[in-house]
Amino acid sequence: MIEIKNITKTFTDRQVLAGIDGTFRPGDTSLIIGGSGTGKSVLLKCMIGLITPDSGEVLYDGRNFLTSNIDEQKTIRREMGVLFQGSALFDSKTVLENVRFPLDMLTEQSAAEKNERALECLQRVGLEGAGDRMPSEISGGMKKRVGIARAIVLNPKYLFCDEPNSGLDPLTSIKIDQLIKEITDEYRITTVVITHDMNSMMEIGEKIMFLYKGNKLWEGNSDTLTQSDVAELNEFIYANKLLRETAR
Amino acid sequence: MSRIGSYFIFLGTLFRNREKLRVYLGLILNECVSIGVGSIFIVALVNTFIGAVTCVQTAYNLTNPFVPRNIIALIVRDSTILELAPTLSCIVLAGKVGSNIAGELGTMRITEQIDALEVMGINSSSYLVLPKVIASVLMFPLLVIMAGFLSILGGYIAGTLAGVISPEEYVSGLRFEYKPFGVSFALIKTVVFAFLVSTISAYQGFNVRGGALEVGSASTSAVTNSCIAIVVADFVLTQVLLT
Repeated sequence: MIEIKNITKTFTDRQVLAGIDGTFRPGDTSLIIGGSGTGKSVLLKCMIGLITPDSGEVLYDGRNFLTSNIDEQKTIRREMGVLFQGSALFDSKTVLENVRFPLDMLTEQSAAEKNERALECLQRVGLEGAGDRMPSEISGGMKKRVGIARAIVLNPKYLFCDEPNSGLDPLTSIKIDQLIKEITDEYRITTVVITHDMNSMMEIGEKIMFLYKGNKLWEGNSDTLTQSDVAELNEFIYANKLLRETAR
Repeated sequence: MSRIGSYFIFLGTLFRNREKLRVYLGLILNECVSIGVGSIFIVALVNTFIGAVTCVQTAYNLTNPFVPRNIIALIVRDSTILELAPTLSCIVLAGKVGSNIAGELGTMRITEQIDALEVMGINSSSYLVLPKVIASVLMFPLLVIMAGFLSILGGYIAGTLAGVISPEEYVSGLRFEYKPFGVSFALIKTVVFAFLVSTISAYQGFNVRGGALEVGSASTSAVTNSCIAIVVADFVLTQVLLT
């Protein structure tokens, strides 16, 4: 379980996060939603330790990440898998080497064991034949799937996905969402997804947190999302013409 | 001043929380090939012509009939060993290797590849930069030795082909009043320059924020700052070691 308590962050004179609290449970796909510039990615970066918040706590199964020493932080980090917005695959490595990379760096397994595990993860995301290709030779959707394979290769307890659907067509987006949901259920991972994709919210949002100008304005799930009386949330949801028409 | 301070903090991160030694060995070897082998052609070309030009220009300016012609070779030798081979080669390498390091790390930064390393618990600066620094410190001196040899050879070929000096006079000039410390001095300078070029370029690339435009600016800054550092260090080392 991941708990965040009173996370605040200010860049120069602009407050980006104003005391965010939240709990993310194992086996749940939790979504953090909001418009661009509302602090979603900053919150995610605070949670995974890429940005240090000005105040607050990030607890991984009770372990305070921010006050841990470097070795304890390394231990927690090795329990995390992160899918970045641009997939963040290493350009100089093949798809298989990318997936195997965390095993190479962080485990003492034999080369055969590492390859077997990496191939297993590639197979899990439906890319069994793409191991020898370079990241520049595969599509955006495939890159996301390789990113997911790399994120799960160490059997993480916590999976973070930063806008997994950005730049993808609707069909591929749905496949990526389903993959994240399946993996979360299968391994009982605590999954946190940053998104502003309405389809993701409706399909995989077991728990949804809405951020607006650095504040948490609403919390619920995909069933209660459309019944909210928070004006900012409704404005965000019904920005899409199709949804507006459907709501009428 | 704050940038200089942050540069030294960056240097500190290279040596803290390092990864296992076996991780670095392969990376250092790859970087040696990229930095060393990849720079042979440009360093060889530039230094051969610089030696040739030095020889012909020295001959052109040596109009006094009482000065022996073998002095031309002595001037080519000493200017090559003391200044041209180490300093000019490292300035060329700052352009080639420095911009490459800054561009590579800058691109990795803006495409979140460095963040990906960090979240895995890997010291990204040490993992990415230390092999480049070690490879530079190993390969720059080898390139400079080759540069010195080719520069003197270039002087020999140009001088004899242009008829400004005979082969015998050139060889006797090379042997005249030779001080072996000059070579040690050149290699000490090169090691310092290699460290400066690799770390300054890595610092510029590693701290890129923004997009493609900023990566381009970082590459430019890497080259200009490395060149400034080289000439300043050149003067300081000359003062310290040769006076």
